[in-house]
Amino acid sequence: MVVSETLILAILQAVLVMALAPLLTGIVRKTKAGLQRRRGASIFQPYRDIARLMRKETIISHDASWIFTAAPTFILAATWVAATLVPTFAQTPGLAPIADLIVIVGLLAAARFALALAGLDIGTAFGGLGASREMLFATVAEPAMLMIIFGLSLIAGTTRLAEIAATVQATVPGLHISLMLAFVGLAMLAVVENGRIPVDNPATHLELTMVHEAMILEYSGRHLGLIELAQALKLLLYVSLIAVVFIPWGLAPAGSTLLAYGLGFGVYLIKLVVAAKLLAFFEIAGAKMRVFRVPQFAGVALMLALLAVLLLFVSRSF
Amino acid sequence: MDTLTVAHFLAGSLVLLSFSLLYQDRLPPLINTFAAQSLVLALAIGWQAETQHAPHLLITAAIEFGFKTVLIPLVLTWIIRNLKIHRTVEIVVGVGPTILAGMALVGLAMALMMRATPGIGVLARQDLVFALSVVLLGMLMMVTRRNAVSQVIGFMSIENGLVLAATGAKGMPFVVETSVAFSVLIALIVTGIFLFRIRERFDSMDVAVIDQFRGER
Amino acid sequence: MLILAALLGPAVLFGLALLAATVSRRRWANAAVYGACALVAVAGLAVAVTALLNGSTETLTLPLGIPWIGMHFRLDALAAVFLVVVNLGGAVASLFAIGYGRHETSPERVVPFVPAFIAAMNLVVVSDDAFTFLFAWECMSVLSWALVVSHDRDPQNLRAGLIYVAMAGFGTFALMICFAVMAAGGDFTFAAMRAHGAGLPGLVLALALLGAGSKAGIFPLHAWLPLAHPAAPGHVSALMSGVMTKVAVYGFIRITFDLMGPVDWTLSLAVIAIGAVTALLGVLYALMQHDLKRLLAYHTVENIGIIFVALGMALAFRAAHLPAAAALAATAALFHVFNHSLFKSLLFFGAGAIQNATGTRDIDRLGGLIRTMPQTALAFLIGATAISALPPLNGFASEWMVFQAAFLSGSLPQWGLRLLIPTAAAILALSAALAAACFVKAFGVTFLGRARSAAATAARETDRVSRLAMAALAGGCIVAGVVPGFFTNLLGPASQMLTTARMPIANAVSPLVPVAANHNTYSGLIIALGLIGATLLVAALVHLLANRATRRSDTWDCGHPEINLLAQYSAGSFAQPIRRVYASIAFGARETVEMPAPCDLAPAKFTATLHDSAWELLYAPVGKTIGFLADRLNPFQYLTIRAYLGIVFVALVLLLTGLAIWS
Repeated sequence: MVVSETLILAILQAVLVMALAPLLTGIVRKTKAGLQRRRGASIFQPYRDIARLMRKETIISHDASWIFTAAPTFILAATWVAATLVPTFAQTPGLAPIADLIVIVGLLAAARFALALAGLDIGTAFGGLGASREMLFATVAEPAMLMIIFGLSLIAGTTRLAEIAATVQATVPGLHISLMLAFVGLAMLAVVENGRIPVDNPATHLELTMVHEAMILEYSGRHLGLIELAQALKLLLYVSLIAVVFIPWGLAPAGSTLLAYGLGFGVYLIKLVVAAKLLAFFEIAGAKMRVFRVPQFAGVALMLALLAVLLLFVSRSF
Repeated sequence: MDTLTVAHFLAGSLVLLSFSLLYQDRLPPLINTFAAQSLVLALAIGWQAETQHAPHLLITAAIEFGFKTVLIPLVLTWIIRNLKIHRTVEIVVGVGPTILAGMALVGLAMALMMRATPGIGVLARQDLVFALSVVLLGMLMMVTRRNAVSQVIGFMSIENGLVLAATGAKGMPFVVETSVAFSVLIALIVTGIFLFRIRERFDSMDVAVIDQFRGER
Repeated sequence: MLILAALLGPAVLFGLALLAATVSRRRWANAAVYGACALVAVAGLAVAVTALLNGSTETLTLPLGIPWIGMHFRLDALAAVFLVVVNLGGAVASLFAIGYGRHETSPERVVPFVPAFIAAMNLVVVSDDAFTFLFAWECMSVLSWALVVSHDRDPQNLRAGLIYVAMAGFGTFALMICFAVMAAGGDFTFAAMRAHGAGLPGLVLALALLGAGSKAGIFPLHAWLPLAHPAAPGHVSALMSGVMTKVAVYGFIRITFDLMGPVDWTLSLAVIAIGAVTALLGVLYALMQHDLKRLLAYHTVENIGIIFVALGMALAFRAAHLPAAAALAATAALFHVFNHSLFKSLLFFGAGAIQNATGTRDIDRLGGLIRTMPQTALAFLIGATAISALPPLNGFASEWMVFQAAFLSGSLPQWGLRLLIPTAAAILALSAALAAACFVKAFGVTFLGRARSAAATAARETDRVSRLAMAALAGGCIVAGVVPGFFTNLLGPASQMLTTARMPIANAVSPLVPVAANHNTYSGLIIALGLIGATLLVAALVHLLANRATRRSDTWDCGHPEINLLAQYSAGSFAQPIRRVYASIAFGARETVEMPAPCDLAPAKFTATLHDSAWELLYAPVGKTIGFLADRLNPFQYLTIRAYLGIVFVALVLLLTGLAIWS
């Protein structure tokens, strides 16, 4: 593929994920409200929220250092780069040599590192509590993530997303147990990483239960807006990741016509909506669990991934 | 959809359900999971009957389904309801370490079977691996759970593993199959009576109480 | 002759050490000695890099040491790689010490030993027979021991020194037997061993693990490391942790990859398993610490574990005749050796600077140092990011290569390895995540928040030379992370020597290629540019579009901010969830809360207990046995001369009797 086309596609993808991220959050919230028999805000409310935060005055504590003010920008940037690297509506073989799945996970880890430091920066108890728990969740999630990547690498012979998608695309859809186990594991990890119910509740500010919200308690104005945008982007990233690995059908092949790209975009939108509805449904169905149950929850994801790898060893079919 | 993939899927699900048994910490879901495992086993046997063209395996599948998916779970549910057994599983080792140990056992089963059986077909080989895993996991469950009901379920899941192994190896004689099935049924009756008796004597299902009674601790 | 140049360095350094011993009390001695030391090390670095680029092997025999045998030296690609590590670490540590050493209370106990220590490490790497190797190795141990006990007023340092010297003696003893087993023909040159091959590979590997491993700090032989490394002065800690452990890794590589010849795959199982356990337990120990230097020392244990996993994989791939994968694993190990020497030295410099500025290493007494020591904070942050394996820094690049090597394990024929390597990879992912948690803790509690003590409030930024040393290392971390291909190219000859293959050559712009260009690749440069570009773009957009009004105000903290500075999140409270989840299994951690009865005004009490089972099961019994025997033997000190003569006489008669019976 020509470099310029890769560049155009990358820029297009960067703009697309940034533009769609709040929409996904909006759909999740709207669906949740509907399931709770509330009317709920419009699906475009997150855009308005972020715009409103951007217009507000920013308040910074006397005790804050440059880490506190720089973190939101870096978190959004790192998440954005990671999200751009995940194929969304079209295959991006031009981006594949830059980064494989591990690099994407690494970028998210870097964003989390910055967020945890920002939580500790002011020296409040809530910030420390949130940072400490966030890092705990990361420690249980990352081995499981690696195991899933290991399984995918055994199936596809590579950890490049584009090629994994191509491999899965070429198979007959059906009963692939390892793939299914990896799918369930990755979905559970997505819940852990995005702090959704039952791991964390993005809608609450109850002190004793929150993790993500505790870290960003001191943020306001444009800083808070950036962090909320990064959070929405991370959710979109995980949805795109699951979609591209496990249901890559409908992805426009590289170098196709404008129409094919449009079609791929439409399919991608459908995937996003379905994922949002499913997520909302699962959030409604369960209650938030105790913090010390979360390692067990992520442990199940690790177990599923490990089992997927073991099953792959036994047989050539997956 | 080729035969290998389906067999792989079913046998893999069997192992997954064995882990699920280890993960449960309440009795009713434990029994349901066991029923699900037996159902998958019945399907796996049915698929074997189809691929091996061995109609008698269909009878085995039917027996599995009738006894282990329907009858035994019903009986067990009835027992815990009538005996008003405390509905949690008394655990000796924590769930996390148990699961990790289970993973190690599956790895062991794999390494063992892959080395021991290089000659036989892929299908039989993977069935043997999964069967041994299910057996080992059942044993692990019996070792790490103190509740009598969960020990019974562990025992029966061992039996599930054995049946899988037997059917994978080109089917086993029908007589053996029926006798195994009936022995399991008798085991259920015996354990049922046993449960009633310890319940009467000790007011608990925790096997540890019996140890205490014998003065072993 | 490059090897002459490589030997000239240590010789000059030894001479410098002797000179320093005579002048070390002078005021100018510190800067002069360390400056000269840095210059010599830089020259050594230049020699090493030249040797690496030339790719030639040179040998030399000097008529020194044991008569008629002499001392053999050899400069090959592997030695050159480690010469780079030793001399780079030595140069930067000397540079740092020019500033840091001025605060030294008793310079005569430190200054002369440092050049000699660096020289000894140089000698280990270039030695080519067992006598020279062991001599240099023992010099290295003894000199570093002298530096560990340089502040002997502190009883803890003396205890650390005692344990260190005991473990070092044990390690050298194991290596001695190891060489004795390998030199079955009685020829102790490495060339002879290489030609001969190892007769008892299992025994040799076990002894190499005991000997070199105990120096490197593999579990459970790590116990001396977190005691000894923090006890030494800051730049020496950096040398010990960043460089000396690497020399130990060199010893292991030299024996297992070079001298032993082909190694069976079963032995690689042991190396991988030990590496994985070391990595996990090292980082878990680190999380439980609140002494900054001890935390860093435990992280050395963790990184040694990562290196050993990679080395084990290289052995396994080599045994299975998969040269490309073996080259990847070996290059990953060597690259991680280099990277770890960079960021660990950097972090120890930071810790030393903090100790100088505040007088404490206890991070629970620090806080808010980012305001008083901004440049040290930035350098430490870069080091922390690198060691946490976060892109785009160098720790990520080498750990990414380790994972890529693990992904290739599916093509190994042995089931044991195919099961073990994924498990080890998952453990490495876990320890990477735990390391990130640990450095959020270390950086967050030390530099962020509000100062917890008067000393932390009064801290001043460290001197310019020290900052220059830290900046150099931080720059190295960034460069090695952004253009890793440049460094893996340099490691090519060493990989070629160890595994008969090398990683595909990468130029500065193209991505890092583990095995083939159409397989997985990673472009640190584009990721770094992408991150910078995205950060600038976001910052610019926010600057243009968002409300720029900013107000400084009091902390909100849900409306009830805590006035007590000590009530901030401390190291212990940050690690509590992790302690509860992991350490309850690994160390039997228990928490007890004693609440006073209602109306009782006594404070509530919270205690957390940890059991170091390695210490309790391995070291304590050994120590107890030695103590018991020493007690039993104690009466022999107070006998009369007649009794001593009697003992000697009886011993003589017994020996003669024995001779009479056997011969």
